[in-house]
Amino acid sequence: MRIFDPHIHMTSRTTDDYERMAAAGVRAVVEPAFWLGQPRTGPESFTDYFDSLIGWEPFRASQFGIRHHATIALNPKEANDRRCRPVLDLLPRYLAKDGVVAVGEIGYDSMTADEDEVFAAQLALAIEHDLPALVHTPHRDKARGTERSIAVVRESGIDPGRVVLDHLNELTVAPALDAGLWAGFSIYPDTKMSPDRMVKILSEYGLDRVLVNSAADWGRSDPLLTLRTAEEMRAGGFTEDDVDRVLWRNPVEFFSQSGRLDLSGEERVDVAETGATFAGNSILRGGS
Amino acid sequence: MTGLVELRAALGENGWLDDALAKITSDPAAVGALFPAAGRRCGREPVAPGWTADEVARALLLSAAPGEAETLYRYGDADEKRAVLKALPLIPATGETVSLLHDALRTNDTRLVAAALGPAARQLDAATWRQGVLKCVFMGIPLTAVDGLPDRADAVLAEMLGAFAEERKAAGRDVPADAQELLEQLKGA
Repeated sequence: MRIFDPHIHMTSRTTDDYERMAAAGVRAVVEPAFWLGQPRTGPESFTDYFDSLIGWEPFRASQFGIRHHATIALNPKEANDRRCRPVLDLLPRYLAKDGVVAVGEIGYDSMTADEDEVFAAQLALAIEHDLPALVHTPHRDKARGTERSIAVVRESGIDPGRVVLDHLNELTVAPALDAGLWAGFSIYPDTKMSPDRMVKILSEYGLDRVLVNSAADWGRSDPLLTLRTAEEMRAGGFTEDDVDRVLWRNPVEFFSQSGRLDLSGEERVDVAETGATFAGNSILRGGS
Repeated sequence: MTGLVELRAALGENGWLDDALAKITSDPAAVGALFPAAGRRCGREPVAPGWTADEVARALLLSAAPGEAETLYRYGDADEKRAVLKALPLIPATGETVSLLHDALRTNDTRLVAAALGPAARQLDAATWRQGVLKCVFMGIPLTAVDGLPDRADAVLAEMLGAFAEERKAAGRDVPADAQELLEQLKGA
């Protein structure tokens, strides 16, 4: 089986994780730029971090046979610190890079006026750079935060099919899908979403426009919960093709919209192995 | 060493590149937005010995704006950084480009370390160059990546390689064949 984890913070993980992930079938990841445990105080900490997401981390991943892409943004929490605001001016440099397949994570943390402004500015950057957007939904006051995020996305004019709303749950999935957005789910050991709850959601809402990720980071999390979800899907009566669709073809479809997803080599192997292709195509470099 | 004219011929016709070069000629800073797109626009397949299409395109872009080398390297991803390092010996030197080689040698990315020890390494002083060669041995980079190795390898490098080989033997570990071969050549010289 093959797994594409569309949201994982590998910067915070060890080489043991990379080994376990590769052994479990993880062949591609997307690492969104986000906050670290320690708040940053200026733009230069961000540029070093972004450089790592398009330099060192893809190199590290490649040593384990895993394709690594990134999403780049000023995250909602640090959007509230004026000292970090100049990061917005540095983003265009990074949004031009081959390895950057979306703008993200953007969205809300505490739903402040600063967050409103930075969220809207970065949706505009996504449109300008012809990139999809990865939107984090807040953990506190989630239902209202999700509604407000959908409104901001709608107002920006970006195609909703190029936006994923992440960290959804039983109560926020319907509004996201109804608005034409992609629905992202972060499977956590005991908080955001669990494998068995995920399977119930898939049974109820179907497999269209759904992304499943581990969102593993520096907190208590597990990069193999994508695999556990696949196992739970099979136990729940889903076919191997359903599993492949959710854990590989869906993220490929979403991030291919950037025109920069580079899975050359991977796709050829999988066509041979499973007979499956995405929209009849293999996903190659380029697209422009 | 292959020059820019041969590289351009190897790449073949490319309308995007022609337009990009024209833009940069009138506004050198325009290279900042064009340089990252070279792989998507010109491809990444090998076109000449040791050169891929994106590297050739980037060398040509940089040759039209040689003053931008440091900025392009600073904000480049790993492929862009590598392209700058490879292009340095082919463009008119401006500014302190040796600092870019030092930066690459501080990384743990084999592609960057190898590029810093290519033809660009002529700028490096002997001590830095020897450390770079030994770093290749540690990182498993084949010594064929080191430009001009037989001419530049000296007694001090032989001493360093000898000490490395002793350490490996004491630990019951292998000495990479290419390092052992070089050591023997230097001892015999």
